[in-house]
Amino acid sequence: MKLNTLKIAALAVIVSTAPALAGEFGNASVRNCTWCHGPSAQGYVPAPRLAGQRAQYIEHQLKSFARRKRDNPFSRMYMWYAAANLTPRAARNLASYFSSLHPEAANDGDGTLVGLGRTIYQRGLPQSNIPACVACHGPSAQGVREIPRLGGLSYTYLKSRLAQWSEGYDAGARFPMPHVASKLSAHQVAALASYLSFMK
Amino acid sequence: MTRVTPTKPLPATRRSGATAPCREAGGRRTKRGVNWHLALPLAVAAAAFLAAGSARSDAHSSIQAKIRYCEDCHGPQAQGFRGYYPIPRLAGQQPQYLKNQLRAFINRSRPNPIMSNVAHVLRPGMIDAIVGYFHRLNPRPIGGEPKRLVAAGKSIFENGVPQDNVAACAACHGPHATGRGEIPRLAGQLYPYVVKELTNFPKERGQNPVIHGPSFIMLPVAHSLTRSQIKAVAAYVSSLR
Repeated sequence: MKLNTLKIAALAVIVSTAPALAGEFGNASVRNCTWCHGPSAQGYVPAPRLAGQRAQYIEHQLKSFARRKRDNPFSRMYMWYAAANLTPRAARNLASYFSSLHPEAANDGDGTLVGLGRTIYQRGLPQSNIPACVACHGPSAQGVREIPRLGGLSYTYLKSRLAQWSEGYDAGARFPMPHVASKLSAHQVAALASYLSFMK
Repeated sequence: MTRVTPTKPLPATRRSGATAPCREAGGRRTKRGVNWHLALPLAVAAAAFLAAGSARSDAHSSIQAKIRYCEDCHGPQAQGFRGYYPIPRLAGQQPQYLKNQLRAFINRSRPNPIMSNVAHVLRPGMIDAIVGYFHRLNPRPIGGEPKRLVAAGKSIFENGVPQDNVAACAACHGPHATGRGEIPRLAGQLYPYVVKELTNFPKERGQNPVIHGPSFIMLPVAHSLTRSQIKAVAAYVSSLR
């Protein structure tokens, strides 16, 4: 009898936390994201890695999807709808959850281009008016506040993102990325994306 | 035996397109009637004039491109930007101060790998145009400083810290922190940037024993200010328009 009471009590405690857990993310769950972004949120082509990303950056992007500002093709096809019903509170909680996960480097860049990528990232190309990414994104591409972590993101994702700004997508993006990216040649974009994809 | 007699030389014939000299009044060489002695220098002068014109507009557009490049990091209208590193406001800054800093980046009296690279590629002819442009900008301060420290900062700015031999900032930087000559404007500068500079002043600005940077005079001041005084005065100046 006592054991049964104990079991019921334990069950009651566990069950009582379930609504709280569900309420944390609102009507969304982490699973809705990991369908595409990978079971450990490390990314799954073409969805980028979310693990270890800056929470404020994820939040801003979710808001941008919900408002349909970020309009590159995959955003338009998937993220507009994925983010449409997120409450701000849910977005913030999801963002802080994913930022707490450990990121793995994609390591899928072109090894021969890493040297040029490193030069552009750490020193820029002042003669070509290309700023050093390190000034905003940090020495290990870790980002800060609303500026995203780039280190270890996948080569194809970084390449397409940099190209999209020159193509006129996501024109509502915060200063200065559209202007900066528009100065990069395709070769420089590939070099940067390669360098970053290997970064821990 | 046939006697071969030298024949009279044939008169010079004028083939079309020939440049054979033609004896005209004054003995000038001509081709199709054009006076090359006059026309050639004129043509060269005209070409030089046109080239200078397009070089001027090339230089102008390359200065414009360079300014936009500065603003990529220093913010729209050079208001400053909080990247991973705090990137300072250039808007309204004293031109002589900016020129001194650019020189200091080049000769490494102010160590900064990113700005050394940038300063190296600025042609001397561009620098006056660029610093003059930034001096005339006046956007709102970027803000974000802790407001509760502003009052204490104002007191330090206007009165100094006499017991620590710290002069009033206003004495050199001006009552409104606008600076003068080679003394920089502080009004509206980024809070984290001012904190960083004052806290790390020897490392940032004056440690090179061979080349004293232009900011050498600030070393004793930065040394004497405590951390909380630095934060207070930084909060105050960053709130000024």
